[in-house]
Amino acid sequence: MKKRKLNIAVTGLNAIDSPGPGVSVIRALREASSFDVNITGLSYESLEPGIYMHDLVDRTYSIPYPAAGIDTLLARLEYIHEKEKLDVIIPNFDAELYPFIKLEPKLKAMGIHMFLPTLHQFEERHKVNLNDFGRKYNISVPKSKVIYDLNTVHSLPSEFSFPMIVKGKFYDASIAYSIEQVKSYFNKISAKWGLPIIIQEFIHGTEFNVTGLGDGKGNTIAAVPMRKQYITDKGKAWGGISISDEKMLDMTRKFLKNTKWRGGFELELMKNKDGELYLLEINPRLPAWIYLAVGVGQNIPEALVNLALGEKVTPFATYDVGKMFIRYAWDMIVDREEFEQISIYGEL
Amino acid sequence: MKLRKNVAVSEAGLLFNPVTGESFSVNPIGIEILNLIREEKDPEQIGRIILNKYTTDQATFEKDYYDFIGILEHHNLLESHEETKA
Repeated sequence: MKKRKLNIAVTGLNAIDSPGPGVSVIRALREASSFDVNITGLSYESLEPGIYMHDLVDRTYSIPYPAAGIDTLLARLEYIHEKEKLDVIIPNFDAELYPFIKLEPKLKAMGIHMFLPTLHQFEERHKVNLNDFGRKYNISVPKSKVIYDLNTVHSLPSEFSFPMIVKGKFYDASIAYSIEQVKSYFNKISAKWGLPIIIQEFIHGTEFNVTGLGDGKGNTIAAVPMRKQYITDKGKAWGGISISDEKMLDMTRKFLKNTKWRGGFELELMKNKDGELYLLEINPRLPAWIYLAVGVGQNIPEALVNLALGEKVTPFATYDVGKMFIRYAWDMIVDREEFEQISIYGEL
Repeated sequence: MKLRKNVAVSEAGLLFNPVTGESFSVNPIGIEILNLIREEKDPEQIGRIILNKYTTDQATFEKDYYDFIGILEHHNLLESHEETKA
């Protein structure tokens, strides 16, 4: 039977050392059993590798950074939609989710579907609100404090012991062993991602991640836990293995049930030596390692697209345990004309 | 003492704990001892089998055996006493 063909736009094509999820999401969509795809890449920078992966991405358009404003983004999406007749957009960056959530009704009116968390869910799970989130949903989280001013750094040792984590509001985290290091990371991270900065208690233990999909009604459509096996100096998993930890899956189901989470997500967890789980962060989108979920039997991006289109999706019941992903770097040879095309005209 | 049911042991000697995602490599005698533990042999029976098969003495076997068990316990690969009772 001939499968329907969907036009899907995907962001996060930066398959670099701190990779965006786009390329993995596209691989998953290309393997979908319920539809075929035309993929439109949406890029922010001309050197995002996904732009040049023509076996995965059919065409790419540059889009404005969120700082340019929602109206500018909408105008660009209208132009792209006119050309590509998009059915679905999958945004993959934390920083772009706010404008996309705001634009969801307008895009839907244009016939473009998304499956994103609500603005309330997006704000509530934010790093700056993690303490309240943990209290509200009875989930263990490390103590954290939001700071806006470098002068308040000196009072931190009365509330936190060293080492402590210094985090940016969207990305980046560093472990600080002294006040001098806290100050240095405060300046470095705030210069890149703005204020506030989050100071978080350091939990000794092993890092785990869970990715999954909530249907917005409290049901778990998919959940795959993974242990990071190889971690880069940016803290990114360069290799990982699927595991079957019931405690993690319970925490995930509880998170989805209580928040009625809508969309893809990644939970960042730490397990201490006593086996206690702490929720460090909730990323409101699919992670860069999402292709592992496909490899173990849960094509989460495919399910997300079907939910976005309003179709009934049967929750995944199982996945393979003990399957690994190992990431690699690959040098592509690209003609300068292609680079010029995306840089000058914003289309390739 | 019992190896956790869900711990996978390959013929080549790779142990995989699916709950934690940890893997460990074990040498051939380690695999032999793990298989004997799986057959629910007690330490005395395991000792007799190993001493009959290999040139070693009781004291050396016991030291190495309990070191090995200690490592398995440290990595949470053995069932706790409560789990064994249940």
